[in-house]
Order: sequence, then C-alpha cells, then structure tokens
Amino acid sequence: MAKQYEFLNQRRLPYLLVLPQMVIVIIFFFWPAAQAVWQSFFIQDAFGSRLIFVGFENYLKLFADPAYGESFVVSTAFALAVTASAMTIALFLAVQANREIRLSSFYKTMLIWPYAVATMVAGVLWLFMFNPNVGVVAWLLEKKLGIAWSHLLNSRQAFLLITVAASWKQVAYNFVFFLAGLQSVPAPLVEAAAIDGASPLVRFWRIIFPLLSPTTFYLLVMNLVYGFFETFPIIHQVTAGGPGKATQILVYKVWRDGVINLDLGGSAAQSVILMLLVIGLTVVQFRFIERKVTY
Amino acid sequence: MIEHSKIRRAMPHVYLWLAIALLVFPIYFVFVASTRTSAEILSAPMPLYPGDRFFQNYGDALLQGAKNLGASAFVMMGNSLVMALGISVGKIVVSLLAAFAIVFFDFRLRKLCFWSIFITLMLPVEVRIMPTYKVISDLHMLNSYPGLIMPMIVSATAVFLFRQFFMSVPREIAEASQIDGAHAMQFFRSILVPMTRTPVAAMFVIQFIYGWNQYLWPLLITTKVRYYTLLIGINRMLSGADVQIEWQIVMATVLLAMIPPVAIVVTMQKQFVAGMTDTEK
Repeated sequence: MAKQYEFLNQRRLPYLLVLPQMVIVIIFFFWPAAQAVWQSFFIQDAFGSRLIFVGFENYLKLFADPAYGESFVVSTAFALAVTASAMTIALFLAVQANREIRLSSFYKTMLIWPYAVATMVAGVLWLFMFNPNVGVVAWLLEKKLGIAWSHLLNSRQAFLLITVAASWKQVAYNFVFFLAGLQSVPAPLVEAAAIDGASPLVRFWRIIFPLLSPTTFYLLVMNLVYGFFETFPIIHQVTAGGPGKATQILVYKVWRDGVINLDLGGSAAQSVILMLLVIGLTVVQFRFIERKVTY
Repeated sequence: MIEHSKIRRAMPHVYLWLAIALLVFPIYFVFVASTRTSAEILSAPMPLYPGDRFFQNYGDALLQGAKNLGASAFVMMGNSLVMALGISVGKIVVSLLAAFAIVFFDFRLRKLCFWSIFITLMLPVEVRIMPTYKVISDLHMLNSYPGLIMPMIVSATAVFLFRQFFMSVPREIAEASQIDGAHAMQFFRSILVPMTRTPVAAMFVIQFIYGWNQYLWPLLITTKVRYYTLLIGINRMLSGADVQIEWQIVMATVLLAMIPPVAIVVTMQKQFVAGMTDTEK
C-alpha cells in the first residue's frame, strides 16, 4: 500500500491527537498490567496489611498446583470444543446461505442476530431450559428419555451445557465472516472447475476452502480468544466453575482467586500469564493481517 | 432425476430453517415464561404457549424489579444505556483522533504509540481484572459512570479500523487541502471525518453492543443498586435459591436486555457486517 500523505511542520499536533488514547491506554492498561507484574512477586500477610516480597514463588506455586494444570486442560478443551463446533456449523450454514436461493437476505438476518445477545444472556437462556427444577428441556430429557439432567452434579453435562451455550452465540459471528469470504470467491474459478467435471464436494475442498483460508485462520484465533477469555459470564452464571472444579476455566480461576479467595499475588501471577498469552495471539493475528494488506 | 434435484434444491432451506429454529427456540421459551405466573413456571413443565400475564409481568419488571433486588428494569436500562453510549461514543472520538495522528503525521514516538495501542487489540478485561479494579478504586471511581466506561475504551479495535480506512484515502485529497492552505485540523474536520461516516456507523453498532453486553466489569465495580446494569440485575435476581427466584420477572428482564442490541444489529445490518469484516481485511 502506498504511503499516506503526511502533514509537515506540525510538531505538537500529532502528540495532542494521540494524547487521549495514550492516557487511557496508560492508566487503564499499562498501569494495571505493571501492577499485576508487581503484585505477582508479593504475598499479603495474614492481616492483609503488609506485602512480603516472595520473588517467583507465586508462579512456582501455580505451576506446582494441580488445580492450575486442571484449569488449563479444561480451558483448552472448552476453547477447542467451542471453536470447532461454532466454526464448523457457521461454515456449513454460510455455504447453504451463499447459494443463490430465494430469501437469502432473510436467512442472513435470522442467523446474524444472536451476535447481539450478551454472552451472559446466552448462559441464562440455556440455563433456563436445562434448569433441573424448572427447565423444559431438562424435564423432557428426564421424563421422556430417562436421562437425569443435573449439570450441577454431573461434570460431563456441565461441560456440554456451557459448550452449547457458548457456541450458540458464537455461530453468528463466524457466519458473518464466512459468508463475506464465500462471496469474494471468484465465480469463474468455481465454474471452470465444474465444467472440468469436479463434483460439488471436490470444488468445495479443492478450490473454495483453500481460498477461504485467511478467513478461517482469522476466525480460528478470534474463536480461541473467545473460548479462553470471553466466556467468563457463561461459567459464572451457569456452573460457577463446578461441579467441583470441573468447569473452572482460567479466567474464572483468576476471578475466583482474586475476588473470592483474596489471593492477590496468585491472581496477579495468573493475570500476567494470561496477558502474555493474549498478547502473543494478538501479535500473530496482527502480523498475519498486515501481510495480507501489504503484499 | 427431476425428483432428486428438487430435493437437492430444497436441502439448503431445510438446514437453514433448522438452524433458525435452534437459535429462536431459547428466546421463545423466555418469552413464554415472561407471560406466565411464577407458580406456572415452578410447576414444571410450564405450558409451551404464552400466558396472559404479559402486561403485568413487564410492568412489574420495568417499574419494580424482583423483590429481592430493589432495582427496576427501567433504572437498570438507563445504566446500560449510559454505559453503552459512553463506551461507543468515547471510543469513536478518541480513536478517530489517534488514527489521524498515526496515519497522517510523522512524529518521533509514532512507532511507540502505535505498538502500545495495538498491543491492547484483543486484550479482554477478564485477564487483568484485579489490577484494573485496584486502579479504579485508587482513583475513587467505583460505583460511578466514568469507572464503568473508561477502562472499556482501551481496546484498539476502533483505532485499527479507522487506521485502515485512512490509509486507503487517496493522498491527493490531503495534498490538495494543504495546497489550498487548509490547516491539518480543518482537513480532519471538514473532509476526513465526513468521509469516514460508514466506518463510524459500523464501529458504533459494534461498540454499542460491546458496551451494552459488558458483564464482568460492572459486576466488579457496581456494589450500589443505583448503578446496576440490566445484566448485573439479572445475575443478582438469579443468585437466590430456586424457589425464591421470580422467574417471570427475570425472563421479562432478559428480553428487555436483549431487545436494544438485537434491534440495532438488525436495523443496521449492512453497516455492521461491513465494519466487522473490514477489521479482518
């Protein structure tokens, strides 16, 4: 991309312009981030009045704690399950909607709106259907199919419920991107393959899917970020990390350890690790996007 | 053969309708529950068609809220609205200025500013809650609108989108305005910003929804009922034992919490889709 025109002889103006953004970034990101790093090297004494420097002890304790390892495994399984189901379903639906069929704009609207539903509300919707006492679906499962539904006792059911709730909301987001991606696939390319006798499936996997790979990669990162970090409201509302610690994902543990257990050093150490993880993902994503823009 | 192709042509419709049904059903249950009495819901299963308490329940929810809560949906809606508007408008203004500086000026700290903004691109508040909480508490901004809004303005999505758009503006336009003797800020105000209408609209939709749907942050910093947003109210109403939950009020509040963002996405669908997919390009 060509370089943009630059205004000359303006020494102070650019600084004034970025000032508000920089102030906000510094106060609400760099300062807390620095505090997290700082706090992660300390523990509070029993009265909460004094900080004691402990070096890397908070981190070492974390890595030695089986609960942290478990939380990592649960988060990864959950994020992968949400990513895989939400992306597969969305791609399938986008392919269906992309065919030149009547009603396509109606379908589009009807599939996009859940994007606007809060993650927390998605949790409540599914919680209400599967509540063991009042849930209609829980009642159906138990009385008609003989499956006792109790996600507060059964960890597999709990995992399933949060995965469905999180994916239910995320399909819309992926659908928007996949549909846009499909619409930018050059039609002559696909037609030429059809004339050469390629079946619809071959056309999809050999031509369309490879052309979609930038979209797929972008969505992969975004969905992992969603599954790992943005699903806190569902966990908090639907399972509270339980039963036991079966659905305690990493962000839920940061919150629990910090807000409920008041282990500030431990919570800060976890924050630092998660921040590094997100920043790593951001850089990967950004490099990827920039390469696409400038080639 | 003809039969076969007929079925094949019908299949996409079948799949799409199936998906729509799966998306709509949970909402339908919520709607039904919001029109019934507490007793009807508790004696599971509740009937699957709407009851006759629509006006009663929505009236109660809007004007009083659940008994164990002490906040009406009307007040909470106001708080959600202030938060959503504060975040979306604040973010757009701040980001337009920052993107203008980064794209149209060459200054010494440009690279540094750029990277320190972009590092926050995907950073959810979830991963830095305790330290951010401490900062807000040190600044005495707990239980306040600025405290609810400002930390949420951080992320760089809007700067990113505007930067991309600004870079695609033909350089001759800026050059011409300079030759005509316009000040850089005049160019910004009367040429660049009006050109940016579409991305601004897209950003507004995305950020309004983002703000309206914030959960963890208000959960942390609003301890006074007066500052509860709708989502926090719903959480508080649900945190009692099952028998005490006034499901009909909760469900009415859930629908009220969904309607504004969904209405915005549906009515501004075109701008919204364009804005979303532009950040990726």
